[in-house]
Amino acid sequence: MYLKSSYEIRDKYLRKDMLPTIFCPGCGIGSVLQFTLRAIDDLGLNQDEIVWVSGIGCSSRVPGFVNFDGLHTTHGRALAFATGIKLTNPDLRIIAFMGDGDAAAIGGNHFIHAIRRNLDVTVILINNFTYGMTGGQVAPTTLKGLKGTTAPYGQFENPFDIAQLAVAAGANYVARWTVFNYLQGINSVKKALQKEGFTLVEFLSPCPIGFGRRNRMKTSPELIRWYQEITVPLAKAKNMKPEELEGKIVIGEFVDRDRPGLVREYQEYIKRAKKMMGWEG
Amino acid sequence: MRYPFVVGRSDFIQGDEAIARAAILAGCRFYAGYPITPASEIFEAMALYMPLVDGVSIQMEDEIASVAAIIGASWAGAKAMTATSGPGFSLMQENIGYAIMTETPIVIVNVQRGGPSTGQPTLAAQGDIMQAIWGTHGDHSLIVLSPSTVQEAFDFTIRAFNLAEKYRTPVILLTDAEIAHMRERVYIPNPEEIETVSRKLPANEEEARLPFGDPHGDGVPPMPIFGRGYRTYVTGLTHDEHGHPKTVEPEVHERLIRRIIDKLERNKADIITYETFGLEDAEVAIVATGIVSRSAMSAVKMLRERGVRAGFLKLNTIWPFDFEMVEKLAERVRKIYVPEMNMGQLYHLVREGANGKAEVELISKIGGEVHTPMEIIERVVG
Ligand SMILES: Cc1ncc(C[n+]2csc(CCOP(=O)(O)OP(=O)(O)O)c2C)c(N)n1
Ligand code: SF4
Repeated sequence: MYLKSSYEIRDKYLRKDMLPTIFCPGCGIGSVLQFTLRAIDDLGLNQDEIVWVSGIGCSSRVPGFVNFDGLHTTHGRALAFATGIKLTNPDLRIIAFMGDGDAAAIGGNHFIHAIRRNLDVTVILINNFTYGMTGGQVAPTTLKGLKGTTAPYGQFENPFDIAQLAVAAGANYVARWTVFNYLQGINSVKKALQKEGFTLVEFLSPCPIGFGRRNRMKTSPELIRWYQEITVPLAKAKNMKPEELEGKIVIGEFVDRDRPGLVREYQEYIKRAKKMMGWEG
Repeated sequence: MRYPFVVGRSDFIQGDEAIARAAILAGCRFYAGYPITPASEIFEAMALYMPLVDGVSIQMEDEIASVAAIIGASWAGAKAMTATSGPGFSLMQENIGYAIMTETPIVIVNVQRGGPSTGQPTLAAQGDIMQAIWGTHGDHSLIVLSPSTVQEAFDFTIRAFNLAEKYRTPVILLTDAEIAHMRERVYIPNPEEIETVSRKLPANEEEARLPFGDPHGDGVPPMPIFGRGYRTYVTGLTHDEHGHPKTVEPEVHERLIRRIIDKLERNKADIITYETFGLEDAEVAIVATGIVSRSAMSAVKMLRERGVRAGFLKLNTIWPFDFEMVEKLAERVRKIYVPEMNMGQLYHLVREGANGKAEVELISKIGGEVHTPMEIIERVVG
């Protein structure tokens, strides 16, 4: 892959009048945004045929900084809004940028149902193990024992594995990387953008301010080192015992299949309806 | 265009069915919903008709998602609707606020039933008047229409779409279980007989760059539809004319919210409709809305037969509210009675409008039954 300079990507896709971004120094959201824009650029997609949607949270502010049509909605509900956009205009490609709390807590129900329907959308999920925007509370992804302002003595609940949840709910493509898996990340987003139906790329992304600071990892490099320790590539994980995988997070490409997407299913449904009513042969 | 029901003649149908047919004739091509009594028949009719007119009808996971979906559909260019009843309407409030803030034309039908909570699923009530007007948080305004017959349910649905498009705002159609399930003769017009309004689109790039501005001076910005190359950013956060979030600038918030409220206030004469009977020489007036108007009308006629100079004011629009008109009425009559199927919601508005110029008395009835004319008459003649 030929890598364009970041300046080129920035100048082509960001809204200059919205800069600077709201993101803290060391935040991983910018990196993930860059992967996504590089994927779009590499594929040569038409900027006017992509709509970005998001809910509420730091991650969800991304659509505001890119020069595309964008809908910044209510907390957790981006995919429900996206359903209306996509079914009204199937020519639009939809990218949903969301946080882990946004997608899996308040938006959990919308998330699993969008996947069940196989809504044609590419979800870029920023998993920073915390609620960044509201100041570092625990999220449904926070690993047991880690601290957040609402579990100052260490999380006592079990975390969600969002990627596995998406696989089980029926997504067409699911991959998970950390922000330092640069090439894999871009490639996964490219793959996701080219597929029909629901596609998800989850990124473990550093939030030094909301999360790291409370868990003795004040800087992004410290968090990235920790990701290196706790992540296990899928191929390796296959040969590991459940005890060995305890507390680890598997990264890689979990599913890649081609079930029909919601748009195609609905178009078939229209045909069936007209046929059943005798409107069409 | 072929329709999945007969047009240009009358039909004997339920209120819910009338709303669905009217929506399709008004140009609605996106429906998202979640089943709830007594609104489900609207959804069922839409499910039957929509695919036949190349529209979308989809069952969402809940009411929150339903409003979200229709807002998305509206930004993608569709006229869109959802329908629900009390508990579902409560769930919708967060995104109704979003629609107000982002000036998204949508229509929401709330078929009222007894509440609070799951209350009386099959019985009528008028307990959501305040929720319809003030249910979402923050300073805001929207349009609330209230039909009293199945024909009105049909006509007001078309009006709801037209007002939503004209003023870029959510419109609530507030009906009730009685109208929803009652069958009446309804004239279903030919499409040519119907006036339909569509939202103003940006005339040029410059207008498109101000999706929340006021380029025409009428308070209603043209709406840039997604996918047409305008690259519009829409947010529920306080935003400037370009759509850029400006959350800590008091003047930006003030300008935005005042314009959103003002665009409806200054067009009250166009939005508000009402009907009167016998008010010219009235000593006492009855003010009612929705299903109760029918008993109130009968009561007024019977009172006049008995020599009581009674008059009737039927409110078709409940928000924006015509406080000035009610004050003028209060100046002319001795007393105003407000029969309604709740513990007094329209009553609050009427009393505020009357502004002490006449006594205002609530005739409250709850439990699911509409007032009989006699119940109203008894209160008036004491
Ligand atoms: C209905 C509602 N509840 C709560 C909030 C407050 N809130 C804003 S962002 C947020 C959490 C964001 O966390 P996450 O989705 O993980 O995104 P991040 O900020 O970490 O990127 C919450 C709870 C809200 N805006 N709306
Ligand atoms: S709080 Fe965390 S997620 Fe939010 S911008 Fe700062 S570092 Fe990024």
